[in-house]
Amino acid sequence: MALRRASPLERHPLARLVLGRLVVGIGTLLVVSILIFYATEVLPGNAAYAILGHNASAQEVHVLEVELHLNRSTIAQYGSWLGNMLRGNPGMSLAASLPVWTVVKARLINSAVLALVSGLIGTLIAVGLGVVAAARKDGKLDNTLSATALAVTALPEFVVAIALVMLFATIVFRILPGISVLPPGTYAWQRPTLLVLPVASLAIIIVPYIFRMTRAAMIEALESDWVEMARLKGVPPLRVLARHALPNALAPIIQVVALTFLYLAGGIVIVENTFAYPGIGQGLVNAVTTRDIPVIQFIVLALAAFYIVVNILADVAVLLVTPRRRFPR
Amino acid sequence: MTAAARRPRRRRGSGLIMVRAAGTRRGRVGLILTAIVVLVAVIGPLVAPNSPTAFATLPYATPDGHLWLGGDTLGRDALSRVLDGGWVLLLMASAATAVGVGLGAAAGVAAAYLGGRLDSAIMRIVDVILAFPQLVFALLLVSIAGPKLWLIVIAVGVSHAPQVARVLRSAALDISERPFIKVMELNGVRPLRIMASEILPSLVTPIVVEAGLRLTFSIVVMAGLAFLGFGQPPPAPNWGYMISENRVGIVSNPWPVIVPAVLIALLTVGVNTFGDAVARVSIGATGRRSELALASAAIGTVGGSDERLAVGAVLGGEESW
Repeated sequence: MALRRASPLERHPLARLVLGRLVVGIGTLLVVSILIFYATEVLPGNAAYAILGHNASAQEVHVLEVELHLNRSTIAQYGSWLGNMLRGNPGMSLAASLPVWTVVKARLINSAVLALVSGLIGTLIAVGLGVVAAARKDGKLDNTLSATALAVTALPEFVVAIALVMLFATIVFRILPGISVLPPGTYAWQRPTLLVLPVASLAIIIVPYIFRMTRAAMIEALESDWVEMARLKGVPPLRVLARHALPNALAPIIQVVALTFLYLAGGIVIVENTFAYPGIGQGLVNAVTTRDIPVIQFIVLALAAFYIVVNILADVAVLLVTPRRRFPR
Repeated sequence: MTAAARRPRRRRGSGLIMVRAAGTRRGRVGLILTAIVVLVAVIGPLVAPNSPTAFATLPYATPDGHLWLGGDTLGRDALSRVLDGGWVLLLMASAATAVGVGLGAAAGVAAAYLGGRLDSAIMRIVDVILAFPQLVFALLLVSIAGPKLWLIVIAVGVSHAPQVARVLRSAALDISERPFIKVMELNGVRPLRIMASEILPSLVTPIVVEAGLRLTFSIVVMAGLAFLGFGQPPPAPNWGYMISENRVGIVSNPWPVIVPAVLIALLTVGVNTFGDAVARVSIGATGRRSELALASAAIGTVGGSDERLAVGAVLGGEESW
């Protein structure tokens, strides 16, 4: 059999992977968008009824349906809806009578700040603690940390948030604001004190997961032959930890960090509502309460897109830290 | 029939895995915590001194000898509301867990055993549902039909199914390849029967571990939805909603917030700790006891966006290329 020259994509498995994932991701997002569209616009209790209330006359409903293009076939409706979304025009908020983008833009930024800051702080603390616990496996510190992690893992977000409010904002101390209302036109980073408790709540929730996986991955790596070899060679313990064990534990750590960011997409809903923090989580709950369908559609779609992007990034990162996985055997 | 083809004798006690877990220290702690809360929720409505919806005192009145937890936001008896506010939450969380584990197990086993197009179709559906955060998925459904309790149960259940399906699919893949299944196929046993009476019973252990994990998440999500106001309509008491409705009066009378929060926390921590004990016992039993296997069981995933780079695959060291 003649040797075939590898195509550029075959020679760059990373590029191939990213491309493949992008295609699958866009496909998934398309299906998600269909699901969101059908769920919110086509099922009984459609937008016209949602706006007018259920005792609206048939005449009123018809007028509004024409206005919202609800009288066209569902496929045509979906087509124009998707077209508008892609052109960056997600429609008008029914509750605010403003373009959805105007309503949601500041919220998106605030939520991104909240999720990113909590994710980074949580990851740093958890990986640090996980490495220390693994290095001192079954020691006193490890046992304490592991038991605490097991308990905290299961706590609901709002329980942690309320406990923090009681501790730092109301009953015990009064050193931090218990709600994080931002004046319109300001962004979260302009008022760092307002970010402290929401960030702390989310960080406390995510640390146990990352800690547990880091600890486990490090223990596995520390028990391996190559670490044994390094020790026997007389490599200093810290260097064994950082240069020999940690790189081999990175893949599962990256995966769990990715899962954590995915979790944050849902976790912000509760935390933002607890602190009245003006992000998309609070926006979503407000929109569900007022049945503001265009806003619901946009936020849910944005969260789904975030999920897909994080997944692709995680896969790429895992490939980068595990060279042997880059090539099929 | 050769020895290899004979079906493996079911490990005695694989159905009794929960009993063995309860024997461990961790399992006992989890069970006791859970039992305390379940007892409060179940017996509570019978022993509540007052009606949970009647006005008994001033809003946020401090506790006294008569009303042990004082008054809530409208001056109702906080203790009676606590005692009556748990059982619906528990029922809904259990029902959602049953829906999620049932759906997920069926989908996972079917995908693994029947394979081919059905497998890829099921796993694509799983990917789509996974793109919604659980709470957001439930909120989306609630936005369509309003906060109906059955709808919330189904929404939370369905949002669990993809993770369950992934975990059980990878467990079922392994069993589908065993010789005793091949022998049954050659004997003409129908696929549905093989799945129902051979594969599913072999998966009891992972199903129990999954169920524990999903129950924890169900309680967290259900209580979270109630906290956001998507639970039973007021004035019905609900631990989740009590926390948000009484938050404003936290300085005058913190008890209507503290007690429900502590009960929910004890419940989720208890269930999760017991689930962890079950996972430890089961992984110990299958001889794959490793910290990584335990951690991934605790996070409840075989992970990432597809099998090749799945967390489980990376963790288990299985080469899945």
